[in-house]
Amino acid sequence: MTTTIGPLPTRRLILQGAASVTLIGLGNLPFAASPARAAANDKYPEEAFKQKSEADAIKALYGKTAEPSDKVKLDAPEIAENGGVVPISVTTTLDQVTSISFFVAENPNALAASYKIPDGTVPAVANRLKMAKTTNVVAIVESGGKLYSASKEVKVTVGGCGG
Amino acid sequence: MASSIRVRATANGDITEVQALIQHPMDSGFVKDAKGELIPAHFIQELKFEYNGKDVFVADWGPAVSKDPYVKFSFKGANKGDDLKISWTDNKGASDTTIAKIS
Repeated sequence: MTTTIGPLPTRRLILQGAASVTLIGLGNLPFAASPARAAANDKYPEEAFKQKSEADAIKALYGKTAEPSDKVKLDAPEIAENGGVVPISVTTTLDQVTSISFFVAENPNALAASYKIPDGTVPAVANRLKMAKTTNVVAIVESGGKLYSASKEVKVTVGGCGG
Repeated sequence: MASSIRVRATANGDITEVQALIQHPMDSGFVKDAKGELIPAHFIQELKFEYNGKDVFVADWGPAVSKDPYVKFSFKGANKGDDLKISWTDNKGASDTTIAKIS
């Protein structure tokens, strides 16, 4: 599977085209009648996304702290030439995983993305994040009610938060 | 209008691998435009994948997710030909939904 994860200056143009090349075009499908369902049990963690530091964001999201674990494998590049698109993925051998979250330590707001992993879903996620500058990327895996983390420094040559 | 969501869901034995690419600006609120004015934050907050009426993957996103976001995950128990429903909502209340066939 090839996706365009390239530090190209014309990324905007390329991505729009690549979207239709690399993934199956689905065309128009009927818009299913499902209004925005902010269900009571899985609300968007607004507060956690507002926190500046990684520690505060983890606390706001989970209410506890994480311990480093070699069972959490974080895959991120050594050097990201374009901080706007940094491919980052995590896998784990831990059981009973209920969520996986990504933090970028020195972004304006540390929490980047948080994924709920229901029963039957494989505890592995790949996504692309923005990084303002060279800093640590931290992945947190929630397993059996406990938090496990892995982190890796990614060197960023051109920051992705603009300004 | 074509859907903003492009999905490839492939069943391989018991495991279905899902890759999704969504067209969205994902403006962080920290970037200035050519006139030096801040572009207000505009990003997807929730992305949900449903199979058989059940959530199989839910993403809560902040503005640090890259423009035109990409995500990949896998889940168990689906068969070829089944439907997978994908929907997102952004911080301005916009949303989109699509249904993908698992191949």
